Amino acid sequence: MTKTKTMYSIPYILWLLLFVVAPVLLIVYQSFTDIDGAFTVGNYGKYFTSSTALRMTFNSLLYAGIITAAVLLISYPTAYFLSRTVHKQLWLMLIILPTWINLLLKAYAFIGIFSVNGTINNFLEFAGIGRQQILFTDTSFIFVAAYIEIPFMILPIFNALEEMNPSLISASRDLGANTWQTFQRVILPLSMNGVRSGVQAVFIPSLSLFMLTRLIGGNRVITLGKAIEQHFMVTQNWGMGSTIGVILILSMVAIMLLTGEKKRRKGGNRA
Amino acid sequence: MNKRKGRLANLYLFMVFVLLYLPIFYLIFYSFNAGGNMNGFTGFTLEYYQALAEDTRLLGIVVDTFLLAFLSALLATVIGTFGAMMIFYTRGRKNRNVLLSMNNILMVSPDVIIGASFLIFFTVLGISLNFLSVLLSHVAFSIPIVVLMVLPRLKEMNPSLIDAARDLGATNWQIIYKVIIPFVTPGIIAGYFMAFTYSLDDFAVTFFVTGNGFSTLAVEIYSRARQGISLEINALSTLLFLFSMILVIGYYFISQGNTSKKQKSLNKSRQEAIDTL
Repeated sequence: MTKTKTMYSIPYILWLLLFVVAPVLLIVYQSFTDIDGAFTVGNYGKYFTSSTALRMTFNSLLYAGIITAAVLLISYPTAYFLSRTVHKQLWLMLIILPTWINLLLKAYAFIGIFSVNGTINNFLEFAGIGRQQILFTDTSFIFVAAYIEIPFMILPIFNALEEMNPSLISASRDLGANTWQTFQRVILPLSMNGVRSGVQAVFIPSLSLFMLTRLIGGNRVITLGKAIEQHFMVTQNWGMGSTIGVILILSMVAIMLLTGEKKRRKGGNRA
Repeated sequence: MNKRKGRLANLYLFMVFVLLYLPIFYLIFYSFNAGGNMNGFTGFTLEYYQALAEDTRLLGIVVDTFLLAFLSALLATVIGTFGAMMIFYTRGRKNRNVLLSMNNILMVSPDVIIGASFLIFFTVLGISLNFLSVLLSHVAFSIPIVVLMVLPRLKEMNPSLIDAARDLGATNWQIIYKVIIPFVTPGIIAGYFMAFTYSLDDFAVTFFVTGNGFSTLAVEIYSRARQGISLEINALSTLLFLFSMILVIGYYFISQGNTSKKQKSLNKSRQEAIDTL
């Protein structure tokens, strides 16, 4: 079997080397080169001494945090109520369906909804508040980003709630806990794994969104992803772009370690 | 839960669904607007669908996008299936976990990083940026999801099937084609579907690795949306939404076989747990 295994493994191993290992090494290498390709640590020096770069990173993390918190606030009750409906699988399909529509089309819809003469503004004028600038504001950016990420938070929380043994809830009731206590002491702790993977699935992409910052945020918000895109596609300073890329990778790893699954005792809670 | 609470929960769910679907139906609704913008509905028209049918450039891009999704999903499925077999038949839990973590790197990486690093990679190798570079990238980021879809099926397979085939005189390749592949087919189909949607959905990676000669729908919409609103895009979204519906329904029926089996084994293990108590 070994010889056959070697044969059919070749394409996959090639993929691992060429498209997983090599690009990571290349982006790290590139981050140590200047605009002419000579070796330098100047990019990192420039990054850590530039207040604009540091403020941009902080803002990007802040906005990603706000987006993640908003998404979590909407998604947790949704997942909780969903796990208590009758036709769960059907409703779940309906939550997933919007993720199959291209991101750009959804962003495009919001350009129409939020524009100066758009639906929301028509309503505001009708209500006597008058037209507001909605598109190209921080709020609209956060709103659309949250809208896009909601399904990715609902799914892991829903799965965690589904995995939970329902007799635990009955047990908690029998022992005299009220609805809120049951939720706080039993349901919430047991669904934390879902929340953790949901936070990962929302926070990391929120750091790297770059088309929304332009189309919806009007470039007022600069995310790490937008900065990378600018350096690669506009100013052609690949070294600096890669440096920010490495920073983005490091923040991603940090998030994953922070929200990583705690080592659980084996064979604990489940019957 | 009492009735009032149940009603509140349903109202909340209803609001979330409205929020999720409103933008999509908004696009569809205004694709029929004779007024030419997304501000007020002035009358019903199909002229944007007609304009879409005559826009050969846009239709060419749609065809290219689907061709790309079809091809990249196909290649990713072949490589990913064998990759899953490789991981599954690797000895030692530790080695398997290392391979699996490497497999998942591209799943968790932000797409900007994938795009930028692939751009550096293609430039270093001197591969010009066109259909080929986009295809290679799409294959690359679709492989891990195929592996993740096929692996659980391999785990479910009874190893004595392979022993039986070997006892009956099958060669290694015969075992793969006659025993393993047919058994994991539901996982392969699920993987193909996922790879297909990953490719259709992608914007960021394509944006980085595409050159002047080749464009996908997402990249094209990005450049058109910057110039403002054109209801042709709305008409196109309507058609794409219908297509996604068909895909989802198809996927739902295929995955039914998968989940019902999973459900069965779950129920069985529950029953066993109850029996031992």
